[in-house]
Amino acid sequence: MIPRPEIAHWLAAAVALLLGLILLSEIVVGTRVFRRRAWRAYLFPSLALGSGAFLLLITIFSTFSTMHLVAHALWAEAAMIAGGVQLAVVRGKLSSAHWSLVTAGALLVCGAAFLVHEPNPWLFSRSAFLHHVIGWMLVAAAAFPLGQALRPRWVLWPAGFALTWIVLALLLFADRDTAPIFGRFGGAG
Amino acid sequence: MSSEIATSIPERRERRRRRIAREQPRVLMVQLLGPLTMIAGMVWAVAQPYRIVFLDPGGKGLYDYLFQPPLLVVIVGLVYAVGVAPGLVEDLEAEEHDPAT
Repeated sequence: MIPRPEIAHWLAAAVALLLGLILLSEIVVGTRVFRRRAWRAYLFPSLALGSGAFLLLITIFSTFSTMHLVAHALWAEAAMIAGGVQLAVVRGKLSSAHWSLVTAGALLVCGAAFLVHEPNPWLFSRSAFLHHVIGWMLVAAAAFPLGQALRPRWVLWPAGFALTWIVLALLLFADRDTAPIFGRFGGAG
Repeated sequence: MSSEIATSIPERRERRRRRIAREQPRVLMVQLLGPLTMIAGMVWAVAQPYRIVFLDPGGKGLYDYLFQPPLLVVIVGLVYAVGVAPGLVEDLEAEEHDPAT
């Protein structure tokens, strides 16, 4: 009854898309209005923390390769640390903008784990191609929370961070367990 | 009638008009995000109908019926439009009327 990896990735894509839309709307309405309701303020941190716990569960099932196991465990830890710190920021326990550096570090670790655990080259298959694209995208996206730590008022950083989730959703939706990089293969597209 | 009150009404009206004009695009953007996402999902379904299992059911399991990417995109748009956007618009308008709260 365990779903195929591509189906798990599509579900993760749906969550990432919704999160991206909500983070994008924070930029439109402004943080002050956005945080008028507690659930919106706590959404990203608790989702990061929750997805970290869920990734640990996946780690248990990803025993078919040591690299996958280590990569999923790394994502889980990075997501939970970033989520925990952001929870403290929203709660007001931590106030410095420099705490965004933790999110930047988490994105960097996640991107590196994507790149390291993919044994095949870019053009081997769609899955390999997406692992490389997502890995480099996450490494590049670490610049957004890094910028937020150094120049907290620039709207470019939260906008880039929100768009990162939407692009990540698109890439995850494109994932297939077995398919060429572009086009349809054996009924899979 | 006090001339003070008489002159303040058009001023207040003008201030309110300017404030609404400033908020209107933001309200519109928040309200458009959901429908635009739903349209994207529908366009995807038309472009790749084999992604919709109901249209191409051969040898598919339960998960394939439950989670079909273009439909997931439509559902995300719907959840945003119904569950998130109205609250944001409400809060945007509340902020406009009473910025202190």
